[in-house]
Amino acid sequence: MNAVGVANTLSLSWYEASARQRVAALVDSGSFVEFIGPEQREMSPHLGIFDLPEQFDDGMIVGQATLRGRAVLVAAQEGRFMGGSFGEVHGAKLTGLLRAAHTLGHDVLILFDTGGVRLQEANAGELAIGEIIRAIVEARAAGVKVIGLIGGRAGCYGGGGLIAGTCSTLIVSEQGRISVSGPEVIETNKGVEEFDSRDRALVWRTMGGKHRYLIGGADVFVDDNATAFRNAAIAALDDVGRFDLTVLEAEQLRLERRLRRFGEARDAADIWASLGVTGPAEVPTLATEDFLRRAADKRETADDAR
Amino acid sequence: MEKLNFKLKAPNAAGGTRAQAIVGVVASGNLEVLLERVLPGDDCTVDIATAAHGFGAVWQAVVGDFVARRAAGSLRISINDGGARPDMVALRLAQGVRLIEEPEA
Repeated sequence: MNAVGVANTLSLSWYEASARQRVAALVDSGSFVEFIGPEQREMSPHLGIFDLPEQFDDGMIVGQATLRGRAVLVAAQEGRFMGGSFGEVHGAKLTGLLRAAHTLGHDVLILFDTGGVRLQEANAGELAIGEIIRAIVEARAAGVKVIGLIGGRAGCYGGGGLIAGTCSTLIVSEQGRISVSGPEVIETNKGVEEFDSRDRALVWRTMGGKHRYLIGGADVFVDDNATAFRNAAIAALDDVGRFDLTVLEAEQLRLERRLRRFGEARDAADIWASLGVTGPAEVPTLATEDFLRRAADKRETADDAR
Repeated sequence: MEKLNFKLKAPNAAGGTRAQAIVGVVASGNLEVLLERVLPGDDCTVDIATAAHGFGAVWQAVVGDFVARRAAGSLRISINDGGARPDMVALRLAQGVRLIEEPEA
């Protein structure tokens, strides 16, 4: 047996890692116990209709573990399987985990990596998003913290972006992207002049981790490695999670103020300039330490909601 | 979806004590391999679900080669394939037996 509360020494890029590698590197070494593992073959009942391949865990890994000795529940999406999309089973596993967290009083870590609802099972997927949001709200109202970690290849889009908005704390890396409509969706609906999805700099400037951190769409900004995510998650578990009417009203006011302040901005760099960030045009190229220094006292902060 | 099943005799039983292991992901050009230690010593079964139809002979060659070279006895192997090439299949199978041999945490 491993010693209690010890980190895996493995250093790996969160962006490059698989969902299982992320879980193993995030929690205390050897502490993860999976629920409804791949051997149970709890797979999508819909993909077969379309003659599409299934995955044994439906792209969602759930279980319990310890994080520096503290009991937590963990969910991780595999972004490479159908874009980490929410289908019926995928969503039900997360809903069940959140309800268990409510009953047990354990905090939850959600490792997002998703393009949103799985189109082949869209009704079930949309329902799952609704159920998950409700389960998060009920768990948080009972004092459970729900911490989102975002830095995967698929980003956190669609219904995943909505779910992320209901978390207590969001930890994001530069590679992480948070939005509802993704770049291709915007381009398809509004045209390439509105948003060029192949302009990677534009995508990251508009939806990437640095921008979300600056406007209060994420709470903690970390380097792209598992150790940084682990340390940030440990710190977030120590925060006092607040969730009541006062918090939500404060957040509503902040969002109204944000819209007044930045509503006319044509580009994220304009917003960074209005925030008073030194050298706004340089933000995308800044290393983490330098970025955090320039963001301090200038960035908007969220009120346990966003 | 084409389903293929192979029942083989493996000269070497899988090492270690882990009950199961999983490697890979179902994505384009990739596959996931689930290995479960549930069979008697020298038996090995391989069940494959693949969207690429008509490659049974290639699968048979890759699986036969794998069982001859690696310690695959007592394993029930289940594969969900996303259109992987034979070299990727061989790599994942090798990773799978390596993982199930690892000491338990």
